[in-house]
Amino acid sequence: MTRLDDELHVTGAGTGAGDVPRTSTTPSPAGDPADGASEGAAGATSVLDEADRSERRRDVRWLVSGLAFLVGAVVVGASIGPAGPEWWRVPLALVDHLPLISLDSGVSEAEWNIVWQIRMPRVVLGGLVGAALSVAGAGYQGVFRNPLVDPYLLGAAAGAGLGATLVLTVGRDATVGWPIDPVQTVAFVFALCTVAVTYFVGAAFGGTRSGATLVLAGVAVVSFVTAVQTFLLQRNLDVVREVFQWILGRLSGSTWSDVRVVTPYVLVAVAVLLLHRRHLDVFRVGDEEAATLGVSVQRTRLVIVVAATLGTAAVVSVSGLIGFVGLVVPHAIRLMAGATYRRVIPLSILFGGGFLILADVPGRMLTSPAETPIGVVTAFIGAPFFVYLLRTRKVV
Amino acid sequence: MTTIRTGHPRPAVRTLSVLAAAATLVLAACGSDDRGAVADTPDDTTGAATTEAAITASPGTAAPETTAENSDSDTPARIVSLSPTHTEILFAIDAGDLLVAVDEFSNHPPQALELPDELSGFEPNVEAIAGYEPDLVVIGGDFTGLGEQLDALGIAWWDGPAAMTIDDTYRQIEELGEVTGNESEAGTLVAEMQSSIEEIVAATPVPDEPLSFYHELDPTYFSADSTTFIGEVYSLLGLQNIADGAEGDAGGFPQLNAEFIVSADPDLIFLADTKCCGESAQTVAARPGWQDITAVVDGNVIEMDDDVASRWGPRIVDYLADVSDAVAAAQS
Repeated sequence: MTRLDDELHVTGAGTGAGDVPRTSTTPSPAGDPADGASEGAAGATSVLDEADRSERRRDVRWLVSGLAFLVGAVVVGASIGPAGPEWWRVPLALVDHLPLISLDSGVSEAEWNIVWQIRMPRVVLGGLVGAALSVAGAGYQGVFRNPLVDPYLLGAAAGAGLGATLVLTVGRDATVGWPIDPVQTVAFVFALCTVAVTYFVGAAFGGTRSGATLVLAGVAVVSFVTAVQTFLLQRNLDVVREVFQWILGRLSGSTWSDVRVVTPYVLVAVAVLLLHRRHLDVFRVGDEEAATLGVSVQRTRLVIVVAATLGTAAVVSVSGLIGFVGLVVPHAIRLMAGATYRRVIPLSILFGGGFLILADVPGRMLTSPAETPIGVVTAFIGAPFFVYLLRTRKVV
Repeated sequence: MTTIRTGHPRPAVRTLSVLAAAATLVLAACGSDDRGAVADTPDDTTGAATTEAAITASPGTAAPETTAENSDSDTPARIVSLSPTHTEILFAIDAGDLLVAVDEFSNHPPQALELPDELSGFEPNVEAIAGYEPDLVVIGGDFTGLGEQLDALGIAWWDGPAAMTIDDTYRQIEELGEVTGNESEAGTLVAEMQSSIEEIVAATPVPDEPLSFYHELDPTYFSADSTTFIGEVYSLLGLQNIADGAEGDAGGFPQLNAEFIVSADPDLIFLADTKCCGESAQTVAARPGWQDITAVVDGNVIEMDDDVASRWGPRIVDYLADVSDAVAAAQS
């Protein structure tokens, strides 16, 4: 049996359905989680087997590269900062703090305090945020078959922004003494609610057939929510800097408790999207074709959207709106490693996380000891790199 | 360079009926006559002020109820203040009773709270302002072209953008004294402030090593360096600002990196985000990694009043006194 994902991969990069030949000769149950389990089916030739093995090897190579990139980014991120020990001592100190290992890193207690309490949460949170936004972006782009989609499309960012603005403007007194951070909590809830509204509006008026209706519903809901937020802000200009600061996005104030807050949601999002990577490949051929291939289009789209939204809402509520990552990282992966979601999903997680960790390094070093907004850095580094990729690969 | 512009007298822009709202009410703001009297405000060329004071003098007209001769037609009787700092200054120079409305953030002194306070200083609505029939509008930085709009209505205005130095504050106080006819009160206030500041500075014990400090504007570690107004206040006492030298700062207000703050290990931390953001010595001590900062260990995290820290009015003297107390406490 020819495996669907391989066949799709061979057709090249691209997110639109138009460039994918709709010639699945052997409709196989899509989403078959067992990699390479259907050897020996009728018609499988040694040539196919060979191509298959080479694809598998590429998969593994990319996965290893992604892991190496992420680990490298963590080490670099942990080592470089405006204060603390000399950079080369940090990896030693990290190893020193592993259980059962003891070595003299020459890092003082105070320096370790800076690395572990202030820099590391930032690095880890950067990894989680980058991974979540990238994988969510890939997921959204997949289910909507639209390359311009980012994780904020259905209103996660606008909702979170409204929630945060509400707390910072009218809700300051009402939320005093909450055991949890009110801004984060309300932002998270509003992000989820806004996406839910978008979904129901889209479903109510667009029927259940079209992802495009959902995208347009997102445009409407986002405009509405943003208008409410702007109105609130205009009525409370004394907090304009706080709100603006929140909206800009940041990793600068990260703590371990932020990390604990987002980790479960990011893990859920990552796990669900990893499990659905093959469904996303099927989506590339179009809703109806996917349905004929045995995918429950509506249900799968809902599951993916919910998972991606959960991850996005969680990271947005702690780190604000960090743009560019969710839109461009998946495309960069497609250009480099191919368009199959079998690779795009796991590599978005690894490279997306690593990219944001690395982008945060100039974020804190460029104007040290002042901060440069992370969103500025992601676009400043990412945009030229993306143009370079477009130029060298010449395929989208 | 202080420039005084005289407004173009214009024919009846609108008629107004002055209601005897307050006992002090004397004059109509913009008259219905066209006598074309140009105000004789002299050009004040003393000092290189960063403020631009613009006075458009309106042709004076006696309101029907008032005595026939309005000898002081060039001093305002109905002032609208759109800036908390200048509201404070006006009260401090005895011109508070001329105020008919203030902006939404004017909350000091307590008498200011009794005035209508629906106006916005950030996004001023000229119609709402004109509704109070002012004969002088005090603006704290005209970013929206309000002055031109007021010119069109024949309403006098004065603009005092955020002071960069304490001298700017003195200048603004003196200018407000001039435009309100309270020159002597303004002069007294400035002299008092100057002597108080001198006394405080003289009374503050000077440590062997200058004490370092971190001035916090909000919980995302925005700070103010020594080029700012509030930074100058600390400089008066010889304190060393850890925000100095932060490159790429936004006009003296850099966002500092947490690692940097911890490793700079300030002796004093001044929180100017107690009202806005509920920060306190406790919340600072609870921040991960901050527990070993000298200021935290020694209990020298001082909760300041956000409002006083962000304004450039007379209360800056009290602020300086608080800082001085903290410096003294840190050395004992």
